[in-house]
Amino acid sequence: MTGVTDKRTTLEEAVSSIESGMTIGIGGWGSRRKPMAFVRALLRTGVTDLTVVSYGGPDVGLLCSAGKVKRLYYGFVSLDSPPFYDPWFAKARTTGAIEAREMDEGMLRCGLQAAAQRLPFLPIRAGLGSDVRAFWGDELKTVTSPYPTDDGGFEELVAMPALTLDAAFVHLNLGDASGNAAYTGIDPYFDDLFLMAADRRYLSVEKVVPTEELVKSVPPQALLINRMMVDSVVEAPNGAHFTTAEPDYHRDEKFQRHYAEAAGSDESWGAFYATYLAGDEADYQAAVRKFTADAAAAKEASK
Amino acid sequence: MISVTRAEVCAVACAELFRDAGEIMVSPMAPMVAIGARLARLTFSPDILLTDGEARLLADTPPMGATGAIEGWMPFSRVFETLAWGRRHVVMGANQIDRYGNQNLSAFGPIQHPKRQMFGVRGAPGNTINHATSYWVGNHSARVFGGSVDVVSGIGWDKVDSGNPAYRFVNVYRVVTNLGVFDFNGPDHQMRAVSLHPGVEAGQVAENTGFEVHGLDSAETTRLPTGDEQKLIQETIDPRGLRDREVKAVKS
Repeated sequence: MTGVTDKRTTLEEAVSSIESGMTIGIGGWGSRRKPMAFVRALLRTGVTDLTVVSYGGPDVGLLCSAGKVKRLYYGFVSLDSPPFYDPWFAKARTTGAIEAREMDEGMLRCGLQAAAQRLPFLPIRAGLGSDVRAFWGDELKTVTSPYPTDDGGFEELVAMPALTLDAAFVHLNLGDASGNAAYTGIDPYFDDLFLMAADRRYLSVEKVVPTEELVKSVPPQALLINRMMVDSVVEAPNGAHFTTAEPDYHRDEKFQRHYAEAAGSDESWGAFYATYLAGDEADYQAAVRKFTADAAAAKEASK
Repeated sequence: MISVTRAEVCAVACAELFRDAGEIMVSPMAPMVAIGARLARLTFSPDILLTDGEARLLADTPPMGATGAIEGWMPFSRVFETLAWGRRHVVMGANQIDRYGNQNLSAFGPIQHPKRQMFGVRGAPGNTINHATSYWVGNHSARVFGGSVDVVSGIGWDKVDSGNPAYRFVNVYRVVTNLGVFDFNGPDHQMRAVSLHPGVEAGQVAENTGFEVHGLDSAETTRLPTGDEQKLIQETIDPRGLRDREVKAVKS
């Protein structure tokens, strides 16, 4: 008997099909449930000139640190906790290194919805009157409603273009080998839309379990992702580190601060890169365990 | 005589933003406003909805930093739907704000090559065109209240296109600062002083604002908390004194 396709693969194999110049979407929100293991794997490739679509956090920061971003579609980039502002995103912007397509947060969802529904655009009120349109130039247009309001006027709305993606990366808590997956935290964010807006769909999960175990472990409503939405599955424990993947783990605040401070000089970033990013994912996780152990030992010693 | 701090006056002024708000979601983006929202819910606006800052709607009104029983779920997708629906009053911060209520929390300097990068426009464009929006500024200065803003994130009243009914829900309501309470009912929807906090002189506001503030001479004095309100702030809502980190403890 043949079963459904087993889509399990490795991080390196998954990102090997990403090419320079592609448009990629990254799930999660700010510094929450970001597919950081995939992002770290992308840093290990020679890919450049990416167009990135994200509710941005340190995923955007790390890609900017390696000069991989050409154009960025985003509503914000935030670390969600002190020091809040991502240093690499700030550097990329203040040096003019990236083309910014900044927009309202709701516009980003609207663009993903349009792409997922194979529509050229969806109307939205957000953006009117603001400088969002200055960020986009001619790329963002408006549309006049064919239907009158009660007063007989016709609304001119932003025609949010479909944010169609070449590839999307998301990280969930629990999944099976064929790409069904659940979030066990409080918010699904927009991971389902990112996948449905993309041509190639990459899912990492904290843990891969048999389908029967997956569906017994969570209420059916938590099964956000079904296997039609996924091409590749990677088991990546601690794969959202240092962002939060509650309830599996909280944001690693100490490490996030370490990341932000390391960006302060070439020397400290060089050391950060050598320690955490020069090797593979297993090396990264080992270095993080050492960071945590060293911090705990230092705290104990200072008592 | 009871001693009242400026921070307590600010908390009450923030609470007053939600008087008669009814059954809507209130989204405070700073501790002072969260204290005010909790105070409003525990006193004169019991029906407002509050979240825990993540996706839970709070049934209890717990102290700042504490959790409590919940009454519902409000993930980001539902926030977007709620704001487009209009049943929301957001109170944002502002790196810059001008006389018409245009707000910037994105960046300073040219759009594609800023001198300083903050968050980006976040939800400000969608908030301001869809529902009631107010601002809290803990340090009223001419740097914040300047001639124009570098990146219009939240839209001001001068952006409203009267020929386009899509702007009909704009309601840039009020600004609460450490010096006073302001609305946009001056000429052509320019900023106007509603009240100055006890001990604040008109000249102090004029000096710290980069444009003319209307109604400074006729502004009332911001009301003090009642004894019950002060007790709620000090003992129930903010026992750790987060309010005093946002506004220095000037005695009013």
